[in-house]
Amino acid sequence: MTSAPPFDSSPAPRTLFDKLWDAHVVVPETAEAPAVLYIDLHLIHEVTSPQAFAELAARGLKVRRPDRTKGTLDHSTPTTRPDANGALSYYTADAKTQVDTLRANCAREGVELFDFGSDYRGIVHVIGPELGLTLPGSTIVCGDSHTATHGAFGALAFGIGTSEVGHVLATQCLLQRKPKTMAIEIEGELGPGVTAKDLILHVIGAIGVDGGTGHVIEYRGSTVRALSMEERMTVCNMSIEAGARAGLIAPDDTTFAWLADTPRAPKGAAWKAAVAQWRELRSDDGARFDRTVTIDARRIAPTVTWGTHPGQTTAIDAQVPSANDADAQRALDYMRFVGGKSLLGQPVDVVFVGSCTNGRLSDLRQVAEVLLDRRVHPRVRMLVVPGSVRVQREAEAEGIDRIVQAAGAEWREPGCSMCIAMNGDLVAPGQLAVSTSNRNFEGRQGRDARTVLASPYTAAACAVAGCVVDPRDVLQENAA
Amino acid sequence: MSADASRTDNSRTHVRSRTVCLPERNIDTDRIIPARFLTTTTREGLGKHAFNDWRYREDGSPDPAFALNAPEAQGAQILVAGRNFGCGSSREHAPWALLDFGLRAVISAEIADIFRSNALKNGLLPVVLDAAVVDELLASPGLELEIDIAASAVTLPDGRRFAFPIDAFARTCLLEGVDQLGYLLKQTPHIQRYEETAHAR
Ligand code: SF4
Repeated sequence: MTSAPPFDSSPAPRTLFDKLWDAHVVVPETAEAPAVLYIDLHLIHEVTSPQAFAELAARGLKVRRPDRTKGTLDHSTPTTRPDANGALSYYTADAKTQVDTLRANCAREGVELFDFGSDYRGIVHVIGPELGLTLPGSTIVCGDSHTATHGAFGALAFGIGTSEVGHVLATQCLLQRKPKTMAIEIEGELGPGVTAKDLILHVIGAIGVDGGTGHVIEYRGSTVRALSMEERMTVCNMSIEAGARAGLIAPDDTTFAWLADTPRAPKGAAWKAAVAQWRELRSDDGARFDRTVTIDARRIAPTVTWGTHPGQTTAIDAQVPSANDADAQRALDYMRFVGGKSLLGQPVDVVFVGSCTNGRLSDLRQVAEVLLDRRVHPRVRMLVVPGSVRVQREAEAEGIDRIVQAAGAEWREPGCSMCIAMNGDLVAPGQLAVSTSNRNFEGRQGRDARTVLASPYTAAACAVAGCVVDPRDVLQENAA
Repeated sequence: MSADASRTDNSRTHVRSRTVCLPERNIDTDRIIPARFLTTTTREGLGKHAFNDWRYREDGSPDPAFALNAPEAQGAQILVAGRNFGCGSSREHAPWALLDFGLRAVISAEIADIFRSNALKNGLLPVVLDAAVVDELLASPGLELEIDIAASAVTLPDGRRFAFPIDAFARTCLLEGVDQLGYLLKQTPHIQRYEETAHAR
């Protein structure tokens, strides 16, 4: 695959987003028509692609750029091991049909599919970066709202619907109106036990679940620069939970170091040329954002959600706010929480570690840090689901699987699992789950399931305690 | 249908209907169509699962407390909802389910980006009105409204008219049934030129 187009360096100060946008405009927008925007990389999975392929077939069209299209299986796939004959136990016959349909579509169109048995299979937003398919300066789309994850590399990446999946398959382009830009400036050091997940939950709580609607967010400032790539992905991943189409972080040496060893990134002279170009990818001094928000990272505590959307957050040691309207009251009632009281001590039934938000190696290391020489509370069912085959292998090489299992938790095969609960990994009605995923909507993890979103540290600490606890206590115990 | 056909039979100029109301804010796509119904490979038949866990009790019977189950709500084509309707996932199954259920327009003070884009591509009209107007509509479910797409305005029974913003291209697509994929395919020469220049190394 060729890399992204070159970026002109015109004198007027531009934001990182402007540079990405300008470099991919095939036909500029007018009052009458949106821009035609070129897409460098199209990621597809089994759930949102079948109707798009069917549309192409009905019109007698072919995939325009199979080389720029990559498929994986993640959403409706089982996370249990295959049986002795190698057969997978799909939750429903429909789930298997969906997987078989993507296989057939990819085979017919010459699209590379990371199928079972591939070392590269995993959650779509985990594998793109780890394979080096996700490159700075590129445009990336997927029929999945958490495509924003790839913005951590300075790529313009956003989720699209199935009709648009069809548009990209057929033309490698999308019709798009230019969104507005928003800068989130984050300064200061995160405290001990406070992670990127706490940071983004805090940000969403501050700007609201619709705070980013119509905008592309660029995360900036000393806190962001200090984050690892995995942490940056966690932050960008949840941009959509603030309503934003995309999240962006300017690429830097951290980005280039992370990508350097990936299997599909450019190599040799091409790599050097690419890095030289990628260094231009930052907002110019004086570039104007439509909106700017400032966040002080030093004030962030381990943060969790108390309600039924990701903007209903609280510091773990603070009181849940009292309901001041019908929606907040409805959320409290659904969660069976009481306003004005802390969540600490709430009994927990399920702990889920995984997803494209927190299913990478560093997340699993944090979980192991907490679980080592401890037991999961007998009341709790804990699932640890690596985000990809590569994460799984690396974790197993470090012995994380053994620590997890010795603690009494389940070590699963890679996939989306309980994040979306469409593969049979479900939270039972009424149960309280502490989850490292990204959505706590009513029923997201199963009908009447109650979800508290949290960091891997918090999730693991809650699993051990059997109730909601502040992870800093157990981390302090470790340090002592 | 041939690749360069740019008209479909989806053209629509007006929606006239009673309203049905869901005043909750932030109604997300998991509530519109829960994920376990996404293991389908077609677009059809999702209406029976629209708002599934809200609409049906655990034993599968309709919950009479849910507004869309009320006898007077049957046949209503306009949903009025609290702000930030359609937030969450990019699943186009959400507008497919609402259309299959019989809805033709959603009115809210704010509609999430991807849902709005998906809705427009399927002929479900997203209408954003001032919060005060939406609150008034939410307070009296069952009002007979007329939505004029060409004029981009909603008319209340008392004759008051409120304009709503709609992208000019999206409006043309709705009014004339423009097929967006057909439109994009016509850009092929530009796309080819872009691929030859921007990506040439
Ligand atoms: S892990 Fe969850 S959010 Fe991420 S792609 Fe899978 S279902 Fe979507």
